[in-house]
Amino acid sequence: MTAHRSTRRWVGLATAAALTATLAACAPGAQQGSGDATGATAEEIAAALQEESSITVWGWAPQLEPIVEAFEEKYPQIDVKLENVGTGNDHYTKLQNAIKAGTGAPDVAQVEYYALPQFALSDAFVDLTDFGAGELEDDYTASTWGSVAIGGGIYALPQDSGPMAMFYRADVFERHGIEVPTTWDEYIAAAEKIHAADPNAYITNDIGDAGFTTSMIWQAGGQPYRVDGENVTIDFADEGSTKWADTWNRLVQNDLVAPVPSWSDEWFQALGDGSIATLVIGAWMPANLESGAPDGAGEWRVAPMPSYDGSPAAAENGGGGDAVLQQSENKLVAYGFLEFLNGPEGAAIHAANGGFPSTLADLESDEFLGYESEYFGGQQINEVLVQAAKDVVPGWQYLPFQTYANSIFGDTVGQAYASKGDLNEGLAAWQEASTDYGNEQGFTVEND
Amino acid sequence: MTATSAPPVPATVRRDRPNWTGWAFVAPFMAVFALVLVAPVIYAIYLSLFREQLIGGTSFVGLANYAEALADPKFWDAFGRVLLFLVVQVPIMLGIALVAALAIDSGRLRLAAFFRISVFLPYAVPAVVATLMWGFMYGTRFGLVGNINDFLGLDLPAPLSANWVLASIGNIVTWEFVGYNMLIFYAALRVIPTDLYEAAALDGAGAFRIVRHIKIPAIRGAIVIAAIFSVIGSFQLFNEPNILKPLAPNAISTYYTPNMYAYNLSFAGQQFDYSAAVAIIMGLITVVIAYAVQLSGARKERTR
Repeated sequence: MTAHRSTRRWVGLATAAALTATLAACAPGAQQGSGDATGATAEEIAAALQEESSITVWGWAPQLEPIVEAFEEKYPQIDVKLENVGTGNDHYTKLQNAIKAGTGAPDVAQVEYYALPQFALSDAFVDLTDFGAGELEDDYTASTWGSVAIGGGIYALPQDSGPMAMFYRADVFERHGIEVPTTWDEYIAAAEKIHAADPNAYITNDIGDAGFTTSMIWQAGGQPYRVDGENVTIDFADEGSTKWADTWNRLVQNDLVAPVPSWSDEWFQALGDGSIATLVIGAWMPANLESGAPDGAGEWRVAPMPSYDGSPAAAENGGGGDAVLQQSENKLVAYGFLEFLNGPEGAAIHAANGGFPSTLADLESDEFLGYESEYFGGQQINEVLVQAAKDVVPGWQYLPFQTYANSIFGDTVGQAYASKGDLNEGLAAWQEASTDYGNEQGFTVEND
Repeated sequence: MTATSAPPVPATVRRDRPNWTGWAFVAPFMAVFALVLVAPVIYAIYLSLFREQLIGGTSFVGLANYAEALADPKFWDAFGRVLLFLVVQVPIMLGIALVAALAIDSGRLRLAAFFRISVFLPYAVPAVVATLMWGFMYGTRFGLVGNINDFLGLDLPAPLSANWVLASIGNIVTWEFVGYNMLIFYAALRVIPTDLYEAAALDGAGAFRIVRHIKIPAIRGAIVIAAIFSVIGSFQLFNEPNILKPLAPNAISTYYTPNMYAYNLSFAGQQFDYSAAVAIIMGLITVVIAYAVQLSGARKERTR
């Protein structure tokens, strides 16, 4: 889950040695078999949980450990082996390799929403509809449920969510006499004011980030990706995408955003000393701010993210859930664990450990909403963040090969950032490269 | 010649016996060699003849992956970059290493042992750690470069910007490997018989003349070896750019070096087959160039 992306700085340290090793581990044609999902009733699952067995879980969310402990306490017959094989891409790579090899995959795996379609499509994950997951729809926010319900199936249960909001430094705003912006025009005006007063200070940092860009286009009402089975449309010339690119061009081309990569040491220092004044980012950010930028304590606040016309609109940024693998030989117990992990019991532990939930019951509980964050100067931050979850613009879809598309963001849109060119052109290059890849992979990709 | 001229049978039998004894001795090595070196290469070649799609499964495509790679501008872009790196960085690195080795060998240096170990020390730092460290120092806001700018009022170019990042990587690699190459040269210098120096001194040769006409010709073999290692190292450039990528995602593309391209093809794009073809082509090019370096080194030695 994106809340722990900071660890990605250490990711990707695997060397060419790993390349050879893994190349040798993946035979062509060893694709996991057909989707002969074996359904089960609630009674069968309950019975399986009382028998002695074990399951393996892959994930990196720090909340997994206390949840697994609580699960083993409740079901002492089940031994859960929790393994952290890496964060984000490292994790997906290992998962993909195990799926390809036909053996060695865990029973349950953590997966971010953007990466889910890729695994769902290749039949690597179990369609949880057969286990009765369809009945759980009303427990979760619409946007997170929409992320796990893919092509008529349910391929994961949501764990956390990341509705976007604007985190800002109240002290910096006050010093420069800036009102909290509600539209992007006001945001840009604030950016100019801050940077003009102090050339080392910026409204935010941005050197190009695929997750941020897609979320921003999502908020602008863009739907650049439309997926219908094997037919995919990629269109970054649609109204929402253009609206975002035109707006963001004004920030990038005028040097109004700090050229600092997110999650770097520089970034956390700047968040601590206020030379980065705002972050438009997922609701999982507060815990990262507290641990990464302790110097900023008391100065940060949160407000709804600005919109184009001033009326509330938000998008999801990061977040993910957990899935059962087709390879699992203990699917009943795996699903039983999933229900615990992503159900009320797990969600409560998750929220108590700094996670931002996707379950309506937790989002609407008085305790959660009334929480006063000391770091945020006593502000009831969850009021704002939960409202953002409700304001998420519906209808967004990710590509069935989003992890690849994100990996080439720097080669395409990143070039427009680096040269301070037109982001629309960068998006067009991204569209072209993604289209080529999709067609090579056997999809029918069109650009409207 | 006709079939009647076949060699006599007994001779063949007698020749065979000692052969088998030899093989028995090298068998353990051959088994390991086949398992860890030959098998992966054969498997990569096998992989490279297929194409797997997310939709549609795996199909045999013959040499199509190779044809695609040879016409792939990204591959040649990556290749051109490591070639430039090779042509610029390797001579600088070997030059510094040679000067350091000669200085230590000259015996005119105080604290030679300390000097030797401190030049060699960076080699003991894992490449990953070294790159993370340099990546931090390269920061223009809070890193060393930022501090220098602040302190001296300079405006140094950002080491991680698109125009400078290759030079910055070259700096890291040089820092890492000067000590290693110095040690190779120094070891070669130590085996030169000292009476040659005495004879040269009696003939009136100065220190620089001894270096030019005795020391450098005597360690030519070591220089060729170091050059071959460096050629291979340059073509395999991966760790440094891959670790710096999160700090400079727009300056370091996913196809910055051939190895990074192969890595990203397989792990981000699931194109294992195409990636294997790219890796094999790059391996062949490396072999050819390393061999050419060796040949040219050997030829000069003969003509001398």
